[in-house]
This record gives sequence, C-alpha cells and structure tokens, in this order.
Amino acid sequence: MATLSLAASSAARRPALLPPRLLAARAMASSLFGHVEPAPKDPILGVTEAFLADPSPDKVNVGVGAYRDDNGQPVVLSCVREAERRILGNLNMEYLPMGGSIKMIEESLKLAYGEDSGFIKDKRIAAVQALSDTGACRLFADFQKRFLPDSQIYISTPTWSNHHNIWRDAQVPQKTFTYYHPESRGLDFSGLMNDIKNAPDGSFFLLHACAHNPTGVDPTEEQWREISHQFKVKKHFPFFDMAYQGFASGDPERDAKAIRIFLEDGHQIGCAQSYAKNMGLYGQRAGCLSILCEDEMQAVAVKSQLQQIARPMYSNPPVHGALVVSIILNDPELKGLWLKEVKGMADRIIGMRKALKENLEKLGSPLSWDHITNQIGMFCYSGMTPEQVDRLTNEYHIYMTRNGRISMAGVTTGNVAYLANAIHEVTKPN
Amino acid sequence: MAPANVRTAQAPSADRRLRTLVRHLLPSSPRRAAAAAADTSATLESFPTMASQGSSVFAALAQAPEDPILGVTVAYNKDPSPVKVNLGVGAYRTEEGKPLVLNVVRRAEQMLINNPSRVKEYLPITGLAEFNKLSAKLIFGADSPAIQENRVTTVQCLSGTGSLRVGGEFLARHYHERTIYIPQPTWGNHPKVFTLSGLTVRSYRYYDPATRGLDFKGLLEDLSSAPSGSIVLLHACAHNPTGVDPTIDQWEQIRQLMRSKSLLPFFDSAYQGFASGSLDKDAQSVRMFVADGGELLMAQSYAKNMGLYGERVGALSIVCGSADVAVRVESQLKLVVRPMYSNPPLHGASIVATILRDSEMFNEWTLELKAMADRIISMRQQLFDALKSRGTPGDWSHIIKQIGMFTFTGLNSEQVAFMRQEYHIYMTSDGRISMAGLSMRTVPDLADAIHAVVTQLK
Repeated sequence: MATLSLAASSAARRPALLPPRLLAARAMASSLFGHVEPAPKDPILGVTEAFLADPSPDKVNVGVGAYRDDNGQPVVLSCVREAERRILGNLNMEYLPMGGSIKMIEESLKLAYGEDSGFIKDKRIAAVQALSDTGACRLFADFQKRFLPDSQIYISTPTWSNHHNIWRDAQVPQKTFTYYHPESRGLDFSGLMNDIKNAPDGSFFLLHACAHNPTGVDPTEEQWREISHQFKVKKHFPFFDMAYQGFASGDPERDAKAIRIFLEDGHQIGCAQSYAKNMGLYGQRAGCLSILCEDEMQAVAVKSQLQQIARPMYSNPPVHGALVVSIILNDPELKGLWLKEVKGMADRIIGMRKALKENLEKLGSPLSWDHITNQIGMFCYSGMTPEQVDRLTNEYHIYMTRNGRISMAGVTTGNVAYLANAIHEVTKPN
Repeated sequence: MAPANVRTAQAPSADRRLRTLVRHLLPSSPRRAAAAAADTSATLESFPTMASQGSSVFAALAQAPEDPILGVTVAYNKDPSPVKVNLGVGAYRTEEGKPLVLNVVRRAEQMLINNPSRVKEYLPITGLAEFNKLSAKLIFGADSPAIQENRVTTVQCLSGTGSLRVGGEFLARHYHERTIYIPQPTWGNHPKVFTLSGLTVRSYRYYDPATRGLDFKGLLEDLSSAPSGSIVLLHACAHNPTGVDPTIDQWEQIRQLMRSKSLLPFFDSAYQGFASGSLDKDAQSVRMFVADGGELLMAQSYAKNMGLYGERVGALSIVCGSADVAVRVESQLKLVVRPMYSNPPLHGASIVATILRDSEMFNEWTLELKAMADRIISMRQQLFDALKSRGTPGDWSHIIKQIGMFTFTGLNSEQVAFMRQEYHIYMTSDGRISMAGLSMRTVPDLADAIHAVVTQLK
C-alpha cells in the first residue's frame, strides 16, 4: 500500500508520478457527490447574473430590488458613510450576543412599533437581530416549526419567491391566500377577505406591511382595518414582513400604518424588518425579528428560544451592519439625514413611475398603465407574460423576473424611454 | 356581540384589553354595525392569538437554558468582583486583558471605508468570489492540485458555525449516509449544528482523561466500526475543548483508515495559524487528506486568527472528485443558503480579501498571528511553571502539551463551580480554560485557585 509521507507529497502533485493505487483511485472517476443534480438558478438573483454576463451596451437591469440612482449606479447613503467613519476607531470586533446588538434592536422596535410604544416600555417584545429580512423570516419559520408544530403559514399569491423557500426549508406547511387581481392589476380584496374567513381559526398569515413584493399593491388604510378586524374574529396570527419601511411612501411612520392598526386592535404580531433597502445596507445583512408577547416574562422566554435557533445556524449575527444602523438611528442629526435620504429615494421612484406611464401613453399604447402609478414601493407588477418578458430580454437586453415584475429602482431618466418603447413593442396588440 | 359573551378575564390588564376590544366592535359606524350583525356566531372567547386574555400561542413556551459557553461570559459580566477572570469564551485577549483588533485589520478596514467607490450591494449567494478563492488557497495551499483541477467549490459562510451548518444541511440532502461521528468531547455547539442540519450524531473516542491526551486506540477502534461512508468530523488543529491533537504519524493512520472505509472527512478549522503560529503547519492534517485525491468538507473560520469574531467570516469548501461535480455541488449549496439568509455579510469578507491578496499585508498578518500564538504558548508555560512551583499535586504537563487556545484542565464541574464562587474565575463546566484570557498578572491567581481546589475538593 502506497503511503504518503510529507516528502512524497510533492511527488503526489505531479499526476504522472502518482503511486499506482492513487492513480487508480483518481481514474475511478467516482465521487461521493456524483449523483448531485445541478440546481435551478434562483429566479431573482439569476437575473442579475445573466445581466452581468450580457455584453450589450443597451442592457437594462430592472430585476433585483436594489436601489439605483438616476445614473443607474448603486448608492451608499451619506448617513451610512458618516456612521462608518465613526466605526473606524472601533475598539473591537468581539462577538455580539446571540440575540445581536441591543442598541440596534431597540431602535428597530421604535421604528416598527412607534417611538413611544407602550409595548416597548412594558418590555413585551421579544426581539433579536437577524440576517436581514431573509434571516428574520427564517428564524420565525424555524420558531414556528419548533413551538407551534401544528401550524402552517398562509402566503399571498403572489409573493416574494424566497418566502416559499424559507418556510419549506423550515418544514412548515404552506397555503396560499388570494391577493393580486390580474384584471385590475390591483388588490382582490373580496377574495382576500374570503380566504381569511375560510382559513381555520388561529391560522398564521404572512402579510407584507407595505410595498408588497412583487405586486406593489397595498391595501388601503380602511382595508387594513377590515383585515385586522377579521383577523380578530378568526383569531389569526399576523406575521408582518416589512422590508421597505420608508421606501414606499417616503415616510417610515406612514409605511408602518398597517402594523400600528393591528397593534391598536390588540393583536400579538410578529415582524421581520430589514435595512437592506431603506438604509442601502444590502450586503451587510442587517435586520430584526420581533414577536409581541403577553408580558415581559414571556418575551424573555421567547427571545431565549429564538437565540437557540440562531446559535446552531450562525452563533451570533454580524456586527458591522448593526453598528451602522444603531449609530444612525441613535444620533438625531444622522437620523434626520437618513429620513431625508430615504424620502429622496422613494421620491425618485415615484417620479420614475410617472415617467414610465407617461412614456407608454405617449407611445400610444392602447393598454391601461394606471397600475404603474397606483402601485407603490420598489416594484411594478406590469402584467406582462413570461413570453413577453423573454422577448424584452432577448430582443432588448432588458432584464427582469419572468413574472413581469419591474424593479422601478432600476429605471432612470436615461433609460425610461427605451424601456417604455420595448414594453410597448412586446405588449401592443398585433 | 354582547359583552356577556366575553369570558371573564383573570388579570386586570387582560380586563383592560378586553374592554378596548369590545369598544372597537360596538357598532359605531355603519360598516362596523354591519360587521357586528353579520358575525353573530363569533364570540370573544379567549383564544391564544389574542392579546386580550391570559394566554397566548407562546404561553407554554419555556425559557431556554443559558448557552453553556456564552453563558459563562454572561455570568462573568454580572459579577461585581474586581479580581474576576474570564477564561470562558475563546476570544483572544492581550496581556492587558483587552480584545485585540489586528493592525493589519484596522488598515484593511480603513482602506475599505475610505474608498468612495465601494458599494454595499448584495454579494452573490456564494459570497465574495475573491475571498472564496483566497480562502481555499490559504487552507489547501496555493499549489494544491485540487484547486488547480477546479475540484474545489468554496462558499463564503457565517464563520465556522455557518460553514458547518451549510455543509451539514448539504450532506443531509445529498449524501447517502446521514450519520456524522464527532469526537468525544467536542465544541458544545457541534451536536446542535449537525442535528438541526438533519444528521444523526454519534461520537468517537478522542480524549483520554487518564493521560489527558489522545485516546488513539479508542479513536481507531470507533472509526473502524463506523459504517462505511459515514461522515467524520475532524478538528484540523488545536482541538476544542481539549487542545489535544494527533501527531502527523497518527494523522496519517487516521487518513488511511478513513479512506479504506470511505469515511467522509468533515474538517473544522477554526485556528489555522493560531495553534503553532504557522499557517502551513496548522493545515498539514487537511492537506494530507487532499493530497491523496479524495473528497472532503472543510469549514474555515477567521474569527480567531484574524480577530474578526463579530464580523462572522468563514468559508465552506468541498473538495470533489471532479470539476463537473464541484459545479453541481456549488449550485446545490446555493439552495441551502438562499432560504437561510440569502447571501453572506460583506464587511468581514472584504477585510479578509484585502489582506490575503496583498503580500505585504499578508506578511504583516502572519507576524501578528504568530505573536498571538506565542503569547498563548508563553501563558501555558507560565501556568505550568506556577503549578509546579506550588507543588500542586498531579501531572500538569498536559498544559504545555496541549495546543491552541484551550486547555482541558481536568477539573470536574464541582471544582469549576468552586473556582467561580470562591475565586471569581470563570470557565466552562467541563474544565476548559481559554489560555487567551490569561496574563502574567492573572496566572498566579489561577495557579493559586487550582492549587486550592485540587487540594480541598477531590
């Protein structure tokens, strides 16, 4: 049997001189993972990969929901740059507690539940720092599986595609509820209310707090109140995914309205928050998961159990993004600057919605494009078919997800006319 | 919807909530009147999801016990004693007992933050590509044939924990054997990571309390009797918690045995460079396995050796039989990551890449790394000398024989509790001490405490 000593290892690097036994092993061409199938590309993130690979100078990326300025460039907010400048002198990069940065959590709860929330004062909210929105949803899904094993999750049709992956990997059964109304490109409110009523009492629902992804269709305040009331009657559990607070209307308080309505109505909610979009901290993975509990003791217990889920997943969350968030939100001046910058981003998107719609109307499109300005947040659910989207990509080098979702953040004054023209070309009746 | 239907709440606060709820539902608008009329069957019975009464969906939920390792620091922080010493969690401390940000890390961070063209976009699911390549080279060697043959897939993960979890999940989904053998003892988080990944955890003998060294015979026996194809967790160097590592000859025997039984190695490398002071030396065990052409998994962490603890920087590499397999494996790893956290954090990986790609910064890093390792080796020697000079009963040579950040003192949990209560010295209940938490000033205190506890408590 050929034995590999260290001296011989240099010989091993030259295949021709490998001992026969090892040559045979290599030639076996066997692998313990030879049967592994190639996985399909992620429907959203795969779009950017394809975009990057495209050499065309006309290419437009309206795929992934990441903000771009009017030059199509990614943006690092000024408040973030300033916060990072302050971090530079940092004493250490020690482990955060399993539950993450206390300061970041405190500020996040104020944003979601209200600056003067009684629930915060009463310490009734179990909250942990999470790996952005995905991480927050996953922690909750795993928590659901562990402590409410008979529960399921109702997810809107459609929703962010990764929601399905998250609850599937957590092994929590999924059901869907009616949401989008294709004919009006708006909310199918009666269908929604029916599904809420018909779900078994005490069902768990995943609700987008604002700027629904991918449709951009949000209930009105009145509609939210009715939904909340029906939830009370049915004793449903509302889990809010809030990835766009501030980004939808430009005003974080306004964007949290749905949550506040539910809180006023006495619901105990769960909430996933993310700073990816509204602070431009995408790659830093900064977010928060909170669960409103019966009392402080229960909140302590729930938080401890959330930590038990995080510990075997990643031990404790990353510190950098948390520092940025807590520095900004703790400093009134920086927070003021942030609010201005968030509004600026939201306003630019609202402006681009207007421009896209006007361009399409100018081109004489016979179709209705009101939904472009009716919908809110980063995305426009255009109503285009997968085939039409494919044509946009193949003929015009325009990249978006095949469900027809346009990331308005990728639209600029420079490309809006090109985009409108292409959409017109693939959608006009022949 | 008469209030009479409402079950009497028990707590006053629940009363208040009920009254609020009732007020909302009393007909005060046409819509509400219609709703109230339509809903004659619905009562305000107390039900778990409502805040309006004494129980909730989480009412039965118990508080989780404190994490045995991180809990030590929690207890330490609460202790008001001015002479307290924290030898619990494995984070490096300077001679002054302070955490350390390496100079080269500060420089790298400054470069990143002061660069106005840097952005914060999402990384790909597999993380920062340059970081992945450099990490693979670091552990496998720049001239590793596995790398040159494109047989290695590397995915950035959240430090060692995240790398282990992603690897475990991948194996549970795609590997034909669902059992992983972990050394007895091992890092407290290992069993949970693998169990939650979907694997069955078994153990193999490792530590011999009698010699405070390696139970090599037991190890070989247990691996020999493991079913063919089983996964085996190996600490690449500086075994946690014991500090006991196989010799090179013993590693070779382990390798031969494992390959002959097709046991799949899953390496955990959290201390490369930290154990001996040499990055290459600390990677020898891993490179032996790669050199024989076989497959393996490797979880790498930069928490300790670059002091990047809280930034959560690590990488999972899988060395595959062929480049084609590596591509497919990578695609499946993405499916594990996406529903967990979508893509890994940017900051720490950028720091690592900045340092590893620049030869001058790389060299500076190796010097700072060696300095940390040397200080720990020096603490070992000092503690050993201090116990010897006190004539403390027992053989304490394991303190200088064991390697890396931790020493398995051999103290039992009763003695550990005594140390905590009487001497305010904190360690995990298995008797593991973090040498990094010691200084010249505190070594005598620890020696005194060990002496006392060994002579008073058997």
